[in-house]
Amino acid sequence: MPPESSPVAAPAPNAPASSPPNQPGLLELFLAFAKMSLAGFGGVLVWARRGIVEKHRWMTAEEFNETFALCHFLPGPNIVNLSVVFGARFRGIAGGFAAFAGLVGPPMLIATVLAALYAHYGDIPALRRTLAGVACAAVGLLIAVVFKMMMPLIKRRDVTGLVILVAVFAAIGLVRWPLQIVLLVAIPVSLAITILARRRAKA
Amino acid sequence: MSTNSDSIGELVVTFGLMSLFAVGGANSAIPEMHRAAVEVHHWMTDKQFADVFAISQLSPGPNVLIVTLIGYSVAGIGGALAATVAMCGPTALLAYYVSRFLERSRHARWPAIVQAALVPLSIGLMAASGLILAQTSDQSWIAALITIGAAVLAFATRLNPFWMLLAGGILGFAGVV
Repeated sequence: MPPESSPVAAPAPNAPASSPPNQPGLLELFLAFAKMSLAGFGGVLVWARRGIVEKHRWMTAEEFNETFALCHFLPGPNIVNLSVVFGARFRGIAGGFAAFAGLVGPPMLIATVLAALYAHYGDIPALRRTLAGVACAAVGLLIAVVFKMMMPLIKRRDVTGLVILVAVFAAIGLVRWPLQIVLLVAIPVSLAITILARRRAKA
Repeated sequence: MSTNSDSIGELVVTFGLMSLFAVGGANSAIPEMHRAAVEVHHWMTDKQFADVFAISQLSPGPNVLIVTLIGYSVAGIGGALAATVAMCGPTALLAYYVSRFLERSRHARWPAIVQAALVPLSIGLMAASGLILAQTSDQSWIAALITIGAAVLAFATRLNPFWMLLAGGILGFAGVV
């Protein structure tokens, strides 16, 4: 596939600056998300980030963070939202479906098989111990993703962003305030700070 | 079979509603799932819920598949399917329309500002989920060491995360955790 040799149409006015050169097709979307999903032990986000940003270079690290942030604040499972938004961004509603089907379909089959096995063998102590060990490692993987996603903020020396990040972490994780109340305060505050910072950067 | 279709109905209503209120994703919704499955509907015991969580971590795919497992234990394969579709469908549609809306207003500056403002919040929430999950699964200091080891390896190397899960499983099997 020679990407640059035949310019079919003029690119969208703002495309060259903002979107990466690679444009996945429908089958490619389905397969990519199925692969990320099937590789995604302990959560797909690790793999989605690796596949989309590091391997396929469909998005930059910053773009990925921003798209993921949007999906995080839509209700529901983030990575499902991300698959739909990501697929639709490149190939419209069909692209959203392809990515979604790839993400959820194959692992759902596996999960159903595991559920059936657990229903039969769930009381075996060795299995229970093994599951406990797996859970410990899985939490570690989640923590690593958090630090990877923090890197762009740290590199930019985005102090206000980091302060907001730590405040949300403390409110939910340490103080255990209800999610809705924390978001109700944190979203307007973060918005106001972002707008102020951009104005100051321009002035 | 009427009790089975009744419980499928319950699954659809429970997870359909939960999906629309589950701000912060599947991992943030885990306390709410626990409340619904154990306390409200008595679908499973505390112990079974903890196991289901571990299996959902162990199986490949998005964390939301914990819902598939809950659905299966309530109403078999039909329940697994119904719960998954109920949890993913409504918000997938919503996400599609929101993203289209953002595409159309691409030239406006506010979507970029909103998204940039949400980044630190979103990472902070995930960090909190990491802490809460660590507190539930790391019951010993060896368990905590496994978590820290996996975190460091996953952050600093490009090692396949599957090996860390496997190592955790082997240590658990050996009775170390």
